[in-house]
Amino acid sequence: MNWNELATALFGSDHTIAQEGDFLTGTVQFDGGPLAIIGTTNHAPIGVRLALKQARAVLDTVAGHPGCPILLLIDTQGQQLRRRDELLGINRAMAHLGMCIDLARRSGHRVLGLVYDQALSGGFITSGLIADACDALPEAEIRVMRIPAMARVTKLSEATLTALSKTNPVFAPGVENYVAMGGVRRLWNGNLQEALRAALSDAPTEDTRALEGEQRGGRNLAADVVRRVLAAA
Amino acid sequence: MNRRTTISFAECTARERLALLVDANSFHEWLPPAQRVTSTHLAQLGVPSAFDDGVAIGHAQLAGRTVFIAAQEGEFMGGGVGEVHGAKLVGMLRRAITGTERPHAVLILAESGGVRLHEANAGLIAVSEVMRALLDVRSAGIRVVVLIGGSNGCFGGMGIVARCADWVVMSDTGRLAMSGPEVIEASHGVQEYDSRDRALVWRTSGGKHRWICGDCDVLVEDDVMAFREAAIAAISPDGDSSQPRPATLITLESLEQEHALLTARLALLPDHVVGDEAVALWKLYGLGNAGDVAEMNVESLLTQRPTGSQI
Repeated sequence: MNWNELATALFGSDHTIAQEGDFLTGTVQFDGGPLAIIGTTNHAPIGVRLALKQARAVLDTVAGHPGCPILLLIDTQGQQLRRRDELLGINRAMAHLGMCIDLARRSGHRVLGLVYDQALSGGFITSGLIADACDALPEAEIRVMRIPAMARVTKLSEATLTALSKTNPVFAPGVENYVAMGGVRRLWNGNLQEALRAALSDAPTEDTRALEGEQRGGRNLAADVVRRVLAAA
Repeated sequence: MNRRTTISFAECTARERLALLVDANSFHEWLPPAQRVTSTHLAQLGVPSAFDDGVAIGHAQLAGRTVFIAAQEGEFMGGGVGEVHGAKLVGMLRRAITGTERPHAVLILAESGGVRLHEANAGLIAVSEVMRALLDVRSAGIRVVVLIGGSNGCFGGMGIVARCADWVVMSDTGRLAMSGPEVIEASHGVQEYDSRDRALVWRTSGGKHRWICGDCDVLVEDDVMAFREAAIAAISPDGDSSQPRPATLITLESLEQEHALLTARLALLPDHVVGDEAVALWKLYGLGNAGDVAEMNVESLLTQRPTGSQI
């Protein structure tokens, strides 16, 4: 879904979210209270500059609007694949963004991620995946890599990977797979305003994703391994 | 100067590094290979698995202090983070907070290409769980130190994890970055990033570059004992305090400082640079003999860290 359609459905056509290049920002009113919007569009590649823009918006929210919930609107093709970004320390800029979001969480802001279009690897890990909870629209796409590219890297046939992806969610793209693994909490089916209201009201503050993945049968090893480490002699 | 036999950190396996880095015979492993906690996903793909899923975790003594420590094995799937591998790291980090024994510090000997593509979705979520668990440990006041010197470098999600830690130690042969040169070359061509140009790769992601920019706190030679000394220094209390050296608090102020540093760096390097961009950046940071960095040994580079990177 186009970000503006989504924003209009959620906050009305007079919403005050502004687009500047690939960057989205604004503060809207939702259910009578302020909600900070920080996001990206156009399947943005997240380079140093865009990571810092998002971090700036998070820091401004923490400094200027204590406790204001934050909605991260996610549409990214992943990290910027440029040598210059590597030289400038893109991993540090992304860690900085992740730590800004983490600070917001710890300072009493509820931080919610919403994958409204697509989310890939490096662009996702320091946004939705480090929020209190990450939801997605049903038509969103989440992946680390497409199956053909994955086949090349792993030297396994596309047919094998496609077949396995139907029985084991860890291999293949797909928003349902991320729900099954606990990485995405739920999909926003039906009325979007109701979905947002629910999402803000029951966002967990602890990281319970491994347990959810276990309960949903999509990630059967992680929670058990953590328990075994905690109990190991 | 003391003469001793140097053991290359890069050439050691993860377990050799662990054994040599901590006090002799003090490493006690959780979920050791004998327990065969392996990735069932790899088995499904017909890919060989490892009985430790490529990472060893446990507790040990370092200069007589209890630490929790993990070491990733670069020889197994490039140190890639799969579901079990990631969960072992998360378990170790959570145990630091919730266990009966509070460690003096947590150490991670990172060597990883990032998410293990064979179990990509689970690996991606796992890396984010490691990030959150690591920040929980810091928030509880326990220091986290990452040491990077394996031949596979520290890339992808683990490159982000490393920069979430309190303290980063690198060797000059270590590499710290996000995307590997091969991935960038495949995406934007050899003129963007020639992955076979070793000197360029090191100027872009190597230990010296990261140290000049302040992306790592300590630069050492590729020597296990140098890593041990740096690790001891990293966790030693300031002055004669008997308390553990605490984690650096992450506050709005500290993140504003970090933001200013990264913003200044972005503004420092012009869009178009004549000659090599890394050398240009080092000069802009105030390093007088930036053109000689490649030939310099660590000892002589250490005498001239520019002040520009410490904004």
